[in-house]
Amino acid sequence: MSKITRRDMLRTTAVAGSAAIVSWFGARAGITEADPLDPRPVASGTFSYFTVPEIAFIDAAVSRLIPADELGPGAKEAGVTFFIDQQLAGSFGRAETWYMQGPWKEGTPQQGYQLKLTPAQLYRVGIQGTDEYCRRTFNAKPFAELGAADQEKILHGLEKGEIELAGAPAKEFFDLLWQNTGEGFFADPMYGGNRDFAGWKLVGFPGPRYNYVNEIEQYGKPYTLPTVGLMGRNGSVVGRG
Amino acid sequence: MATRLKSVDAVLVGFGWTASILAQELTDAGLQVLAIERGKFRDTVPDFATTHIQDELKYAVRNGLFEEPARETLTFRNSTDQTALPMRHLGSFRPAAGVGGAGIHWNGQNWRFLPTDFKARTHIEQRYGRKFIPEDMTIQDWGVSYDDLEPYYDQWEYLCGISGQAGNVQGRIQPGGNPFEGPRARGYPLPPLKRSYATVLFDEAAKQVGFKPFPCAAANTSQPYKNPYGVQMGQCTYCGYCEWFACGNYSKSSPQTTILPVLLPKDNFSYRTNCEVTRVNLDSTGKRATGVTYVDVQGREFEQPAELVILCAYAQHNVHLLLLSGIGRPYDPKTNEGVTGRNYAYQITSSVNVFLNENMNPFMGAGALGQAVDEFNGDNFDHGPQGFVGGGYIALWTTGGRPILQQHGVPEGTPKWGAGWKKAMHENYLKSASLATHGSVMSYRDSYLDLDPTYRDAYGNPLLRLTFDFHDNERKMSKFVTDKAALIAKAMKPRSIKVNYREGHYSILPYETTHNTGGAAMGNDPKTSVVNRYLQCWDVSNVFVMGASVFPQNPGYNPTGTVGALTYWAADALRTKYLKNPGPLVQA
Repeated sequence: MSKITRRDMLRTTAVAGSAAIVSWFGARAGITEADPLDPRPVASGTFSYFTVPEIAFIDAAVSRLIPADELGPGAKEAGVTFFIDQQLAGSFGRAETWYMQGPWKEGTPQQGYQLKLTPAQLYRVGIQGTDEYCRRTFNAKPFAELGAADQEKILHGLEKGEIELAGAPAKEFFDLLWQNTGEGFFADPMYGGNRDFAGWKLVGFPGPRYNYVNEIEQYGKPYTLPTVGLMGRNGSVVGRG
Repeated sequence: MATRLKSVDAVLVGFGWTASILAQELTDAGLQVLAIERGKFRDTVPDFATTHIQDELKYAVRNGLFEEPARETLTFRNSTDQTALPMRHLGSFRPAAGVGGAGIHWNGQNWRFLPTDFKARTHIEQRYGRKFIPEDMTIQDWGVSYDDLEPYYDQWEYLCGISGQAGNVQGRIQPGGNPFEGPRARGYPLPPLKRSYATVLFDEAAKQVGFKPFPCAAANTSQPYKNPYGVQMGQCTYCGYCEWFACGNYSKSSPQTTILPVLLPKDNFSYRTNCEVTRVNLDSTGKRATGVTYVDVQGREFEQPAELVILCAYAQHNVHLLLLSGIGRPYDPKTNEGVTGRNYAYQITSSVNVFLNENMNPFMGAGALGQAVDEFNGDNFDHGPQGFVGGGYIALWTTGGRPILQQHGVPEGTPKWGAGWKKAMHENYLKSASLATHGSVMSYRDSYLDLDPTYRDAYGNPLLRLTFDFHDNERKMSKFVTDKAALIAKAMKPRSIKVNYREGHYSILPYETTHNTGGAAMGNDPKTSVVNRYLQCWDVSNVFVMGASVFPQNPGYNPTGTVGALTYWAADALRTKYLKNPGPLVQA
């Protein structure tokens, strides 16, 4: 991605509200690459897009999709909520590279994504719609306050398109949530998810190492060197400096 | 109003593989050559450094090296009774943008087509009779033979430093190579890559079921290599970040690692980036191009006059430009007349996941590290009893183990998410592999490209419209080849396998392959082809078209090797024939 421009900043501000203004000053103070797709350290916990209730929703949803258990941390513990937040606050959330000109028509499944909503907007209306459905169905409780079994039932309902949401097709919302959850669990930790290499350690991926010339013909032997990320063995996130 | 610039001898639209080869050859012939590229300039240093290029999210998931649909996309429908809608984000295929083009992000899987592929219609009619080809199948001979192209395949392979094992040298079958390939003058410049454990198991299993496996030819260097231009490449480290990524190690053949170091310093070569060509300009007769019009990043329009215009953009962009410029009569599926946009084709792929008992370390790999069998490709087997045309190879590739998109999945019956999915990922990531089938797609009367009546691109031009679906011939073929792949998979003694047939309609997502072909087909008959056997437009003799848009149908191999060979073939015709006597090289 290119260096941040004033046009980008205005766009970010329009979507993300006050949080983006902070990074505007950050940019002026010398951080020239402010898009979350650029490798750079991010201060975890400084959310840029999600509201507090939305954070609770995503925390709960990703805990069902990839739960913490005896095999290790789940998606929530791995920082996936923060990862998704950062993605939605950036060019991905704004569908910046997508063709977003009308006319808008419902297509066949083979014609792919045809919603007028950007990913960030799809999350907003998807979360809102799901919480409304939960409140109607479960005694005024939002999704985040339901028990695990009910949350799973709701997620299956979204996935199969059985739950009707106001404002967005449930299946499209679920598909995007599941896609981004996987990304956050397995992307390099510098993007805020996969904290302490939780996803990579679960499966046994050692990270982006440079050279396997001596190991590739050691058939069947485990690879034993420690996990690394693009930012080193710590892998994650340091302060913005 | 467009600003008129100083004329050049040759203008190249795009600056990827084909433009780089032509620029090198035509500047050697003394021409003043200009390449105009829609994307940006990039090079190994600093853009591809391994300290940041191995980033799956940025490059493989968020399409860091590809065209942005916001600027250029197409509309798609399965059939003419549907309304085509825009491809809003990249999916089924991912055209590149930027200097080096797809040469930057490809895996490096390098093949030659079979001798019979180049005379598809004649050969099939001779062997199986005229009626064997379905009436709506519009396949044709290429107008160029394997023997014509052999020296240029050789030139391409020595440019790239291909690692591989020859199967047929001057008619002598070589042990361990592909016994079905056409005869080659000499072996590959480099020996095959090291093998992964999974490819060794595939090799044993394929032999056990009676096939003849061989190491796939790779544009990943098994050893250091200096090519005939004097450009040096380094040995591949098997880091597992080839496809969707650039190579930071000078180990994957690309314009940057094979040509640009000698091309860029030349005084008679120049390039402009972030400039999109929107028209080939014709004179009042419509039979001669006067140059091109392009728009720069600030939206300013320029007219670049040139004696020779060569379209070197991605397959469908060449066709888009021909249609926008009024070169060749647009194809009409109702009357089956016209040529530009005709014979679009694609490829049909499928896979078989194998879940094994031992550690495969899938993350150690290279883009073209694979072992394959070719028994069921092209016309390598008797199609008579099968009732379909075409075929494909079966390969086990170990291209890497990037965990977001590249893991080999989980066994049949695993939940899609939740604790069960997590456990299956834990148990299977290191102990799985996939067999791929890579199948041909024939061309048909109803598969074509034209201009969309509704949607427009960032420059106000109509988007290209793609009308395409798989046909029964391809589904039957793919099922047949996939079943053979499952035979090999079972012989690998796995815990379980999962067979992923390609069924139903073609879909614009998810990703399948960026092997789009046709729309500017080559051939011997101007009624059914846009370009002649030298890739020269029949209608406008100072316009040439490169790349897979000239394939009249799509054989069952990755296209780049043949794209490279055709480019050298055309470059030779330009140098030895056209420049001496500009005009049509073949009389219509």
